[in-house]
Amino acid sequence: MYHIISIRDFERRDLDYLLDRAQEFDTGDYRPGILDDKLVALLFFEPSTRTRMSFATAMARLGGRSIGVDSVEASSIVKGETLADTIRVVGGYVDAIVLRHPKEGAARLASEFASVPVINAGDGAGQHPSQTLLDLYTIRQSMPIDGIDVGLLGDLRYGRTAHSLALALSLYGVTLHTIAPGGLEMPANIALELRERGMEVVEHSDVQEAIRDLDVLYVTRIQRERFPDSASYYNVASSYRITPDHLAGVKDRLMILHPLPRAGEIDPAVDRTPYARYFEQASNGVPIRMALLHEVMK
Amino acid sequence: MSTKDPSRGLLVSPIRNGTVIDHITAGEALNVLRILGITGSTRECLSIATNVESKRMGKKDIVKIENRELRTEEVDRIALLAPQAKINIIRDYKVVEKKGVEIPEVLKGVVRCPNPGCITNTNEPVESTFEVLPKGLHCLYCDWLIKDDIANHII
Ligand SMILES: Nc1ncnc2c1ncn2[C@@H]1O[C@H](COP(=O)(O)OP(=O)(O)O)[C@@H](O)[C@H]1O
Ligand SMILES: [Mg+2]
Ligand SMILES: [Zn+2]
Repeated sequence: MYHIISIRDFERRDLDYLLDRAQEFDTGDYRPGILDDKLVALLFFEPSTRTRMSFATAMARLGGRSIGVDSVEASSIVKGETLADTIRVVGGYVDAIVLRHPKEGAARLASEFASVPVINAGDGAGQHPSQTLLDLYTIRQSMPIDGIDVGLLGDLRYGRTAHSLALALSLYGVTLHTIAPGGLEMPANIALELRERGMEVVEHSDVQEAIRDLDVLYVTRIQRERFPDSASYYNVASSYRITPDHLAGVKDRLMILHPLPRAGEIDPAVDRTPYARYFEQASNGVPIRMALLHEVMK
Repeated sequence: MSTKDPSRGLLVSPIRNGTVIDHITAGEALNVLRILGITGSTRECLSIATNVESKRMGKKDIVKIENRELRTEEVDRIALLAPQAKINIIRDYKVVEKKGVEIPEVLKGVVRCPNPGCITNTNEPVESTFEVLPKGLHCLYCDWLIKDDIANHII
């Protein structure tokens, strides 16, 4: 049985394979109704509109159906019940389970108890592999990933999307540039793991210093609750905000990505520049999730 | 608990049958017992000697457990705290088997994950599971890395 739990479980060729499949789904190169006899459970124990909708959309486009519970109903099914039991029961109803859960490692646990494949749609501060795949897919639509320069900007301490994207990019000979406010730098053990995987990781103190060398600038959310008071938050947030002024002299092919939703990290004026690719990135969630759903249920 | 006989070396309460863990890193005897799941309320007859002179190690600890022969999977976890430890199986007062300890590849139910958000710290029916890497213990559920002070994380 094939589960999709963590980007760490993937080798380069697995990622490339899934990206190729996503491209086929994206261009309509598949048999309509290919999953028309399949049913997926979307178990969301934590709110998420975007990820949940894009899985539901992907399933519908493949001709399959989804049943689901959102965080409110989910909290009532689990009244006194363990996730392990819920998974065993729901696994008896459906052909695959998509799980979002607040605890790290929840998807790995679910895969151990499920009689059907499990796809991790985010486990707390842990993994969110379909997000990473859609990030890679968006980059690959514009340029080969090998050997490019990618900047990660924002909260690199708690930001799980940044960590798992960095891990995936380490399989492509990418040079990583990290730009993070004091206190929100990438944890030493993650930076160590990236270097052990052969990745060059360059730390920068501000965006301006790095941006001209970048092919991709991946901006992540800086959360208010990471700061002791509003003043220090606004101070940091404003100095890490991307505005059109930052974009003078950048490479033509620079793409700015963001996992969305954004708070104030990117000035809306940037949306009108050719570098802004975050909405396209969001829509790539559908072909990626089509590829994942198809792969585990075909 | 231990007495030293200058003519014969160490004489720590000879046992008829059981296990002697010798050459434990000095000061780690109590942690070794914890990692074996042997606590203060155990029914086993135990002798513990700490910081005794050793020709090979300077100082070492020794633990003797009567009427219990420890299995390999039980003892290998000792290697995390005392890689030099030697396990001696005693039958009828004689050492009948002697083996070193090897660091296991995976530790199940031995250390608690320090990450409060980890699924292994909930009421789910799952044991903590760490893979043992040169840089530390890696939680296979949440990816937390325990780099040092392993004794403090023993369940
Ligand atoms: N019957 C016994 N009761 C208690 N301890 C014993 C017994 N036999 C051996 N030992 C202890 O077990 C360890 C290993 O014994 P042995 O193989 O004779 O010595 P060494 O490893 O030092 O050459 C030593 O610490 C020794 O004191
Ligand atoms: Mg000796
Ligand atoms: Zn953990």
